[in-house]
Amino acid sequence: MESQSHDFKNRSSGAIKDEQLQRALGNVRKGFIKKRADVAAKLPEFEALRDAARDIKNHTLEHLDLYLERYEAKVTESGGKVHWCASAADARAAISSICAAAGAKTVTKGKSMISEEIALNDHLEKDGLTVVETDLGEYIIQLRKEPPSHIIAPAVHLSRDQVEADFRRVHRELPEDRNLTEPESLVAEARSILRQKYLDANVGITGANFLIAETGSSIIVTNEGNGDLTQSLPKVHIVIASLEKVVPTLEDATAILRVLARSATGQEFTSYTTFSTGPKRAEDLDGPEEYHVILLDNGRSKMLGTEFQEMLRCIRCGACMNHCPVYHSVGGHSYGWVYPGPMGAVLTPSLIGVEESGHLPNASTFCGRCESVCPMRIPLPKMMRHWREREFEKHLSPATVRQGLSFWRFFATRPALYQFATGMAARVLRAMAGSKGRLSRLPLAGGWTKYRDFPAPEGKTFQQLWAEEQKKRRKAA
Amino acid sequence: MSQDQPRVGLFVTCLIDMLRPSVAFASVKLLEDAGCRVEVPRSQTCCGQPAYNSGDRKDTEALARQTIEAFEGYDYVVAPSGSCGAMIKDHYPTLFAGDPEWRARAEALAGRTFELISFLVDQRGMTSVEAKLAAKVTYHDSCSGLRELGVKAQPRRLLASVEGLELTEMNEPEVCCGFGGTFCVKYPDISNEIVGKKAGDIEASGAELLLAGDLGCLMNMAGKLKRSGSKVEARHVAEVLAGMTDTPAIGEERK
Ligand code: SF4
Repeated sequence: MESQSHDFKNRSSGAIKDEQLQRALGNVRKGFIKKRADVAAKLPEFEALRDAARDIKNHTLEHLDLYLERYEAKVTESGGKVHWCASAADARAAISSICAAAGAKTVTKGKSMISEEIALNDHLEKDGLTVVETDLGEYIIQLRKEPPSHIIAPAVHLSRDQVEADFRRVHRELPEDRNLTEPESLVAEARSILRQKYLDANVGITGANFLIAETGSSIIVTNEGNGDLTQSLPKVHIVIASLEKVVPTLEDATAILRVLARSATGQEFTSYTTFSTGPKRAEDLDGPEEYHVILLDNGRSKMLGTEFQEMLRCIRCGACMNHCPVYHSVGGHSYGWVYPGPMGAVLTPSLIGVEESGHLPNASTFCGRCESVCPMRIPLPKMMRHWREREFEKHLSPATVRQGLSFWRFFATRPALYQFATGMAARVLRAMAGSKGRLSRLPLAGGWTKYRDFPAPEGKTFQQLWAEEQKKRRKAA
Repeated sequence: MSQDQPRVGLFVTCLIDMLRPSVAFASVKLLEDAGCRVEVPRSQTCCGQPAYNSGDRKDTEALARQTIEAFEGYDYVVAPSGSCGAMIKDHYPTLFAGDPEWRARAEALAGRTFELISFLVDQRGMTSVEAKLAAKVTYHDSCSGLRELGVKAQPRRLLASVEGLELTEMNEPEVCCGFGGTFCVKYPDISNEIVGKKAGDIEASGAELLLAGDLGCLMNMAGKLKRSGSKVEARHVAEVLAGMTDTPAIGEERK
């Protein structure tokens, strides 16, 4: 996917004016937050589980090479094949050649953020394949030729009416009076079209929530069951996963699963948790004949051993964006690349470079709510700050900011001069405000006064007043 | 003054010093009522947060060293601001991770540094104040105080003892007001969107007075409320707890 992150400011300003989008984002603010809070409150050991989940991933990341090799050995043992792919281009090429060898014409896909990351659909379509998304949200945005705006709810930016209109536009034979106002009726309608596609497809591609080193299995969690059909009906099953998805054992995966669904959708468990291990064996009644794993690096191994390593604990639950006031205001598309919200603000510069995404780590108030809900306890604000530091070192931050800061430091590190200057400033601002108590326009602070009044200073600084008071107190004593 | 009164260095915060000294005077009164001797080092300026959150490590370190030196001699350092308190308490030690001497000094200071209201309640055992205010108020939980320092119950507890005061909670008092230090000037449209929602929640609470523990957030919310013609006034919680509410509220006309 091409990055549009440098355009964050424009995009977000547009998003704020988009009333339909704002209504849709209201659902994120209300629905997801309450559901997570309720389900977390019901589980007394939720906080302890978060610690356990964090520890499992930390351990795995410390020995990532070991677990990945073990995982590969197990996949091979079960008759599958692991394709190590350093870059998006490597992954696309590997998938192309698997599809070509299978003589594929139609490919069904379960939801996968990685496939968005490597822009797989466009690539396969150029190869002449028909690509069919089977997750309802992904299906909807595919109809609209849009990227997802959220990592677990790709179409959360849309209203029911918009989705209904898209269905009626594309599903030509749909009766006028067919009711499409409920999510269930939309799922049913999508399913009626998808059923034939599952049967037509020669290759099914899914993402993976976990890869299990102990068994060589991959796990996906879904609520629609579409993943099961995607991976079991076609002749060939391709799993695409980034390398940090590996965990040592099945037990580890189930421990993390307990915090995943609760953090993501506020469910105790998702409706479907599907394990797949290798291709169909001789005695199996169904399943794919070939099983491939595309193991993608795409910049992640560079994060190991750096201050960004902790980001590799992320399990893509979306809780951070669900609780982020900035995401609530601007929506996922404003971020301009695959991963939105706080997790995207850290991950995007890690994967495509801070030059391409400098706005993202800056566009946070550091309110810390993301970190407080992250099931993996990723210190997101701290890592955004690391990106800001890198940017500052590389002189990528705006000259006005840099000059402002060095000006500030000049005074702030000279207390006597500072007190003189603040004393002057307080007096001048006070005089400008007159008796009004506030200023509606301030030179050099247009960003503030465009929307807010500036409360005027009381007149003297505290340091001045305190010095006067000390004198009085001494006289009195 | 007896010898067992702890010596408290008041970290005034740059915003309070310049814009609203009444908060610092209220803090002095509350600390003295809690049995502390208060001093205000003249060599303090700013905790360094604007530089820190802009990625400017060098300037942050310079300001942090200055602050550490200014406050090293005190039993406690108290700031009427969760965000400056958290800067000293949580962030100074990590700033000097690679410098054993300064790291030790930063850690020692961090251990003695507190946000004002949590200091009064958690360290000094204050359970009530002698203050009166007949008003319906609502309280905004500023992010750093809340999430980095656990300030939540303490101000509400003391407010409950203010005679005549009625606390009415707004919808989502824990959601950021959109101030975010330099965020509000770097991304004015987004900041405005966030504070606009906040102002709506404040209005809807039916309170006539908004309280919080951080002047930055208060300036932001008061500025927005006033711009949109709201009658709701805003004050730092310390002013109410100290019974010092005769100065005009933040951004209000002088009588
Ligand atoms: S950063 Fe944390 S909260 Fe955000 S998606 Fe990843 S695991 Fe979930």
